[in-house]
Amino acid sequence: MQRSLMSGNEAIARGAFEAGVRVASAYPGTPSTEILENAVNYPSIDASWSPNEKVALEVGIGASFGGARALVAMKHVGVNVAADPLFTLSYIGVRGGLVLVCADDPEMHSSQNEQDSRNYAKFAKVPMFEPSDSEEARAFTRLAFELSEEFDTPVMLRTNTRISHGKSIVNLQEPVSGLPEPSLVRDPAKMVMLPANARRRHPLVEERIRRLEEWAGEQPFNRVEEGTGEVGVICSGIAYQYARQLLPEAHILKLGMVYPLPKQLIRDFAGRCKTLYVIEELDPFIEEQIRAMGIEVKGKEIIPLCGELTPGRLETALKGDEQAAPFIHPEELPGRPPNMCAGCSHRGVFYTLKKLGAFVTGDIGCYTLGFLPPLSAMDTCVCMGAGISNATGLTKVLPPEEKQKVVGVMGDSTFLHTGINSLIDMVYNGGCGTVMILDNRITAMTGRQENPTSGQTLSGIESPPIDLQALCRVIGVEHVQIIDPYDLGQTTAVLKQEMARPELSVIIARRPCMLDRRKGPEPTPPLRVVEENCSSCKACLKLGCPAIEWQQDGAKPLARINSSQCSGCQLCLQLCKFEAIEVCDDE
Amino acid sequence: MTSEIKNILLAGVGGQGTLLASEVLSEVLMQAGYDVKKSEIHGMSQRGGSVTSHVRFGSKVHSPLIHEGQADILFGFELLETYRYLPMLRKGGQVLLNEQQILPAPVAIGTDQYPQGIAAKICAACPATRVVDGLNLALQAGNQRTVNTVLLGALSGMLDLEEKLWLEVIAHKVPERFLPENLAAFALGRNS
Repeated sequence: MQRSLMSGNEAIARGAFEAGVRVASAYPGTPSTEILENAVNYPSIDASWSPNEKVALEVGIGASFGGARALVAMKHVGVNVAADPLFTLSYIGVRGGLVLVCADDPEMHSSQNEQDSRNYAKFAKVPMFEPSDSEEARAFTRLAFELSEEFDTPVMLRTNTRISHGKSIVNLQEPVSGLPEPSLVRDPAKMVMLPANARRRHPLVEERIRRLEEWAGEQPFNRVEEGTGEVGVICSGIAYQYARQLLPEAHILKLGMVYPLPKQLIRDFAGRCKTLYVIEELDPFIEEQIRAMGIEVKGKEIIPLCGELTPGRLETALKGDEQAAPFIHPEELPGRPPNMCAGCSHRGVFYTLKKLGAFVTGDIGCYTLGFLPPLSAMDTCVCMGAGISNATGLTKVLPPEEKQKVVGVMGDSTFLHTGINSLIDMVYNGGCGTVMILDNRITAMTGRQENPTSGQTLSGIESPPIDLQALCRVIGVEHVQIIDPYDLGQTTAVLKQEMARPELSVIIARRPCMLDRRKGPEPTPPLRVVEENCSSCKACLKLGCPAIEWQQDGAKPLARINSSQCSGCQLCLQLCKFEAIEVCDDE
Repeated sequence: MTSEIKNILLAGVGGQGTLLASEVLSEVLMQAGYDVKKSEIHGMSQRGGSVTSHVRFGSKVHSPLIHEGQADILFGFELLETYRYLPMLRKGGQVLLNEQQILPAPVAIGTDQYPQGIAAKICAACPATRVVDGLNLALQAGNQRTVNTVLLGALSGMLDLEEKLWLEVIAHKVPERFLPENLAAFALGRNS
């Protein structure tokens, strides 16, 4: 048996491969992205990025209709987008097994909320596994496909950041063989969910959950680990690991499936423990169901509702006092927030938006970092696609002089995710905002994944890059302009003109992502500061470029350009009025 | 049982190669026969932000995260980030400190100050601190981007693991054309 050190995401891809998955689809989102990036390395899996999570799930459902096993992956907020097909799929069931992996992000390391996706399992009435390490991520993924077909149900598998991005040892198994070949089968009573059919399906769904609960009570993934004391703990996923570490004497009921709960197993376990804890991250999901069974437990009155659990936070919750750290800083330290890269094509746009006093309705992507100082040029950020529709709503209610200030901003990937619907609404209903699409031809924030503007698929096959300008025109936008965001003069002039325009207009700021090696611009020489010309005016610092550093240790304070970081984008050169920045042309 | 577990916390800045270093370290530990877990954050923080990676090993590891104040080794890639995570170190723990300084954005734009005398403060709080001039040694190895391998070399001197394992894992993880300079960097760090 081969052992391998794998992240949870790698292990899920491995489990899908072992289960004979034919189709994997997803929209990238931290911490779920690497599932598809690994799945594509198995030649037996057709892995692809969809423009959004709803489409990804529907692609998976189609494959399942054909009799093939399909894996669909997304981050927690992606399930909100995919919820529409998910809830009806629960009624339909599957032909080929279908597993939806949902990666939660407690602590919001890279997210706009920390919703607990376990609620979706109960809401949609589908079973949900929750692995507690990479080996379980592999094994549960594989098992989920068998379960999906046996019980005729989609199955969810929930991870979190620590499971998805944490590495631990995995025991690789041979893939299954002998799965049936895909084929067309007509089964309208099951696959056409109009009211008469759906009414017949709903009772079957309720019966399925009852049978699953019974079945789950006898499965090894829901197990009791005997302790020595009188304390019992019910837990699952990452919380199990913290509980095991901090309470080595406790009896532990470790749940591998968090919905439906094995009620009889829980009743028996509770009967043997004097004190019973439910230790879980985020919502009291397990706790509330156990309390509803009439069993008294200790849970969220001591365990935090917000943020991720850590060994330290759990210890504080259990023992009631915080352990003093061996070292405490006597001073406050400067933070180190993330920043747009040196040479990022978004920087000049946000610099200009701030200068023009725009009210920016933003969106989700690298450009959300335009919120941070010194750019400080993002005024709202809700979810993908909202940048444009929030602008529509605002311009409906504002007085004319304030309307002009509203600029909806989003990236190429978010525009195609759901922003395009928002733009259609703006055109259809006579909205008058200014819309900017920051087109860097890639889904950058999650690590440069291909999208329909990239000209390439996840598996490296060429595809026609979407012409965003033509697309906007065909929707009915009359004024569409393309600008180069490295040209501050052009960016300012066009933005001024379009913000003043009383009708809707779209500005496409086009420059490939700095980090995209395939399409990145030719390397340009870095810049340097001509010290004698620098007037210490700090104009270049307003860009917040990580390559420009303010030096105060010399005869006069001045800016310095770190040549190993500078990409040569020349934004700072355009801002300097004293000819104090020049191109290094040493070679 | 938990007393058998060793904890190494890597702290640095996005782009410094901390994730590759923790990858090599964890792989070496697995090859050496330990149970190992590592945990880190990808995504937004990698854009020049503060980055940590938790590596835990022993006979059986449960939590992938190191408990506050229980790191045996604080493996610091940058002065300020090492100092920031000093509260994670246990009493009697060791620090491996790279003397490099990378300005965080608020300092670079002149709205905050980079704290002075950090190395001395760390050495005062933890006498068992080993200071390495990673950038200088990487330049000696022939490529300034091998700082992370220099530091792994230095770390290898603090752990009782066969040198052969380190060299095999590095050869496996590093692209062939960069291998000679990385092996040189590892040796320079190990002998520093």
